[in-house]
Amino acid sequence: MDLKDKLLSSYIAFEEKFDMDSNLHEVRNQAIKNFENKGFPTKKEEAWKYTSLNAILKNDFSVFPKHENAIEFKDVKKYFLHEVDTYKLVFIDGKFSSFLSSTTHEGIDVCLLSSVLTKPKYKPTLETYFNQIAKKDETLTSLNTAFAQEGAFINIPKSKVADKPIEIVYFSTGTEAALMVQPRNLIIVGENAHVQIIERHQSLNSNPVLTNSVTEIFAQKRANVDYYKIQNDVQTANLIDNTYIAQKQESRVAVHTFSFGGNITRNNLNFYHQGERIDSTLKGITIIGDKQHVDHFTLVHHAQPNCESHQNYKGIFGDSSTGVFNGKIYVEKEAQKTDAFQQNNNILVSEKATINAKPQLEIFADDVKCSHGCTIGQLDETAMFYMQQRGIPKKEARALLMYAFSNEVIQSIKIPELKQRITKIIANKLGVKMGFEL
Amino acid sequence: MLSIKNLHASVEDKEILKGINLEVKAGEVHAIMGPNGAGKSTLSSIIAGNENYEVSDGEIFLDGEEISELAPEERAHKGVFLSFQYPVEIPGVSVTNFIKTAINESRKAKGLEDMPANEMLKKIREKSELLEMDKKFLSRSLNEGFSGGEKKRNEIFQLAMLEPKLAILDETDSGLDIDALRIVANGVNKLKSKDNAVVVITHYQRLLEYIVPDFVHVLMDGKIVKSGDASLALELEEKGYDWIKAELV
Repeated sequence: MDLKDKLLSSYIAFEEKFDMDSNLHEVRNQAIKNFENKGFPTKKEEAWKYTSLNAILKNDFSVFPKHENAIEFKDVKKYFLHEVDTYKLVFIDGKFSSFLSSTTHEGIDVCLLSSVLTKPKYKPTLETYFNQIAKKDETLTSLNTAFAQEGAFINIPKSKVADKPIEIVYFSTGTEAALMVQPRNLIIVGENAHVQIIERHQSLNSNPVLTNSVTEIFAQKRANVDYYKIQNDVQTANLIDNTYIAQKQESRVAVHTFSFGGNITRNNLNFYHQGERIDSTLKGITIIGDKQHVDHFTLVHHAQPNCESHQNYKGIFGDSSTGVFNGKIYVEKEAQKTDAFQQNNNILVSEKATINAKPQLEIFADDVKCSHGCTIGQLDETAMFYMQQRGIPKKEARALLMYAFSNEVIQSIKIPELKQRITKIIANKLGVKMGFEL
Repeated sequence: MLSIKNLHASVEDKEILKGINLEVKAGEVHAIMGPNGAGKSTLSSIIAGNENYEVSDGEIFLDGEEISELAPEERAHKGVFLSFQYPVEIPGVSVTNFIKTAINESRKAKGLEDMPANEMLKKIREKSELLEMDKKFLSRSLNEGFSGGEKKRNEIFQLAMLEPKLAILDETDSGLDIDALRIVANGVNKLKSKDNAVVVITHYQRLLEYIVPDFVHVLMDGKIVKSGDASLALELEEKGYDWIKAELV
């Protein structure tokens, strides 16, 4: 039985567990129907032209893990930013681990989506937000919606500031031969509220994993959100990340995506503007090698006047790795005085590495400032010679150039510990020890 | 200190150096002059180890050791410094961090520990004052948005920090106004000692008024065609290069 059939047949059993009177039932049914019609995306579709899921779909993924697994904190400590100075929502093979987590309901909610889906008191929240911004016709998002049962629920009420960053970490233990997980996150940031969130998916051994994750973020008036995605997983882990962000007027949302690992990583990052004077930031650093594949598929939908979006993606591709950048900026007729900026710079370190870059600007307003720039190049040889002449060995000189290349994005990380961590991951990735933090 | 014997070199099959012989001893200042396209910058790049040039014949000795097979960084660790005609911009790396990295990599190659931070700071302060550099300058990205003069001053600052045995100044005077020229030349003169040597590559005599050479060589069409003392530079300034060409025929 292929994965699609397996998912469709397990849906019936899965759905029976739930209260049949809830609206959710209808939402799920619609979603599974969409997935049933469309199936997994193939390279024939424009949006998936450069990313093929065929090879990974051949794995016999179990869709509901049979065991509850435990992990010792000391074994996974290194995947967390901080032992005590963060809230933590930790999931093991798709199930919540209260032991590793540190939740709160004091002033802000840092808890579980399963509560929202099942507890009557969250019914209004569920109806107002759940699946409201996620694209209903997107097949993998629908698949996630059909099976959504666990993930992070974060609610920062009006004028509250989350006092610590929130870490959302999904571990897979590899006790299943191959595992598919579908985390679902719902994040609501109220008027004038602030929050910093770090999301990470991590396999703890080399059994294949397919994560199909959906995150919905609602930023209300003047809300301020910094979201960081760390993708530094093992070579057998695959991630399809679908993130949908709705912004109300004067809100500011920045998403940074650091892609350093994994087998196939696809980031579908969508921003929708629902007010004026909105500021959206999308930044990323991709450093991969071997046969790794990272695909950034972004959309900024400018629907209102006087909004800004800033995109800056840097990619360094070694060995036979492949990268894709598809950045779409859509400016509606009403969205006058839009200021949309998109930059995508790539370095191919090896002759076998490939990058497919495609900026897409669709502009229907006439008084806008939209610019995009895309470069694909090699490391500057003159710069290499210059540094070597000053005594810096080739390997370090290369690393220094790559650091310098990514620096613009590193500098905009707002959490100092995270900035250090990312710098360290990059140094490890490049196999050097740098004497300073950039 | 530097001994070049019958050096032939080419780039993309075009022969640029056609048998260079040069002896530079510790404590000496040599000037290499010549018209455009004579091979001056090629010679300096080859001494520093630029891999874009192919050495087809000849030898380069540094303190008796043949170095023409060594990587640029290995030559740097042995005390070769090349001040670039066109210093490279490296956005995202500050002047301070770059020089720290360069110094500590050289120390590492010699089996030494990193230079203690306070010693490093003291040295940076001392040398930046010597070159009359603004403090703000040190935290800027290396050469990014620097004026021509600032780039050259930054090259000499790095020279002062690294204290090489052999300093090659490739067209250091180009793009410098008279004040900057004086500061740069003063920096070089202060660093001169009986244990190191300087090779000044220049088009014009101007810089040589400040950094007075012991020997002047004329490089033309890939060969050193004439050598003399400082007065040769003055003669070239006055008469140009054509009279030498005429002499050769």
